[in-house]
Amino acid sequence: MWLSQFLILLTRFLLGATPHWIGTGPKSVQRIYFANHTSHIDTMVLWWALPPDLRANTRPVAAADYWGGNRLKRYVVLQGLSAVLIDRQRNNPDDDPLAPLFQALDHGDSLIIFPEGTRKAQPLPDAFKSGLSHLAQRFPEVELVPVYLENLHRSLPKGSLFPVPLICTIRFGKPLTRIADEDKPAFLDRARNAVIGLAA
Amino acid sequence: MNTHEKFYWLFGGVVAILCLASSIGWLLSLRVAGDGGRAVIDNLNARIRAWWGMAAVFAIAFVLGKNTTIVMFAFVSFFALLEFLTLTPTRFGDHRALSLSFFVLIPIQYWLIGIRWYELFTIFVPVYGFLLLPSLSVLAEDTEHFLERSAKIQWGVMIAVYCISHVPALMLLDIPGYEGQDALLLFYLVLVVQLSDVLQYVFGKLFGKTKIAPVVSPSKTVEGFVGGALSATAIGAAMWWITPFSPLQSAGMAFVIVLMGFLGGLVLSAVKRSLGAKDWGTMIQGHGGMMDRMDSISFAAPIFFHLTRYFFT
Repeated sequence: MWLSQFLILLTRFLLGATPHWIGTGPKSVQRIYFANHTSHIDTMVLWWALPPDLRANTRPVAAADYWGGNRLKRYVVLQGLSAVLIDRQRNNPDDDPLAPLFQALDHGDSLIIFPEGTRKAQPLPDAFKSGLSHLAQRFPEVELVPVYLENLHRSLPKGSLFPVPLICTIRFGKPLTRIADEDKPAFLDRARNAVIGLAA
Repeated sequence: MNTHEKFYWLFGGVVAILCLASSIGWLLSLRVAGDGGRAVIDNLNARIRAWWGMAAVFAIAFVLGKNTTIVMFAFVSFFALLEFLTLTPTRFGDHRALSLSFFVLIPIQYWLIGIRWYELFTIFVPVYGFLLLPSLSVLAEDTEHFLERSAKIQWGVMIAVYCISHVPALMLLDIPGYEGQDALLLFYLVLVVQLSDVLQYVFGKLFGKTKIAPVVSPSKTVEGFVGGALSATAIGAAMWWITPFSPLQSAGMAFVIVLMGFLGGLVLSAVKRSLGAKDWGTMIQGHGGMMDRMDSISFAAPIFFHLTRYFFT
């Protein structure tokens, strides 16, 4: 897809982004990559950091209220990134907002999610929303890979229009181990600390 | 000999030297024993490969002409600044100033060379950049470390944009009797700086005992510096025929280039360490980043430019 290629080239040029596989390698198993979220280009950068064969069936999760907003944005995320759109605002209270994600995982795809739910100004992540824990419970065999995105909050922070080209590093950590009967807050805390642990 | 013939001779010479270096590197890699030695030779070979790349880029720029050379150095500034600012702590309030440095200052500075507007070229960054960058940051009303942040951005811009832009700016000089040959002057500067770096490295590895500045740059030794500086000066003197200088003047210029290059290496090494890093980046294999290769040039270029302009135009 030409749009994907174009986005990848742009990311490479402006961000010299380099992946560091610290706790795991780029293996072709089904995974959920979860990362801190500080910039619009986070999705692009993380997706780019994966080797092309993994990229082909890894889909970023994007907010429908933002990215579905107009035709151009919709075209970019759906065609360029093959994103899964999620209804953050719960327009229809009877629908499960996570349903499209379940569908993608059932289909065998890997996902990229930002469990804070929205972009933050500071590099270290805030408390995670519960979505990650639901996905983890429903798909116990899918690997949960923590990712830390460094310098992106400086490159294109929330509220800025122009990027600053900086070397951005993407660190992939060790997949979370599963602990039986762990409660939701403890799990989310552990997941968040796994991302923070990669920041140093 | 006309400029083109000189250029082909020079480039032939560079290719010959690189062939020799590659063969030596290959022989060493066959003979080396032990992990430590292996690492040194691998690094050496990576450096030689990178020099091939640099020579190729330079040759293409020369063949395609002045504007290509200017654009090429604009990109060098771009990546050098990118590496500098990656290591420099800045805050959200600096975002606009940083964007401006990359997307406005760099294009204007190199455009001024292209249109030969020397007066503005020479004050654009130190006057307009100096005053406007903090003015943009101040609008964000974040006073935390304001002076430190502003000073660091200024420093990055001065080194990566202003200083490095003096290499292609050599083409602005109107030296009587040297018309149409200014690209050779640029070649001369880059060649002397690079040879000085290489020869200091080689002499240091062979004879180095006494460290000059162990805290700042553990690999620099007195023996390496003296051997490298003298031989690079001698080579510079022997290259007088591509410059507007006499052999003696050429030796003097080469010595200044070598000395400034050495100081640039030291100062930027100290800057890098004070920012908590060992290499500026990973862009050029074996050399670290763009700034690791441009540190000497950034100090040598402006001084060489002004000495040449003062004495020869």
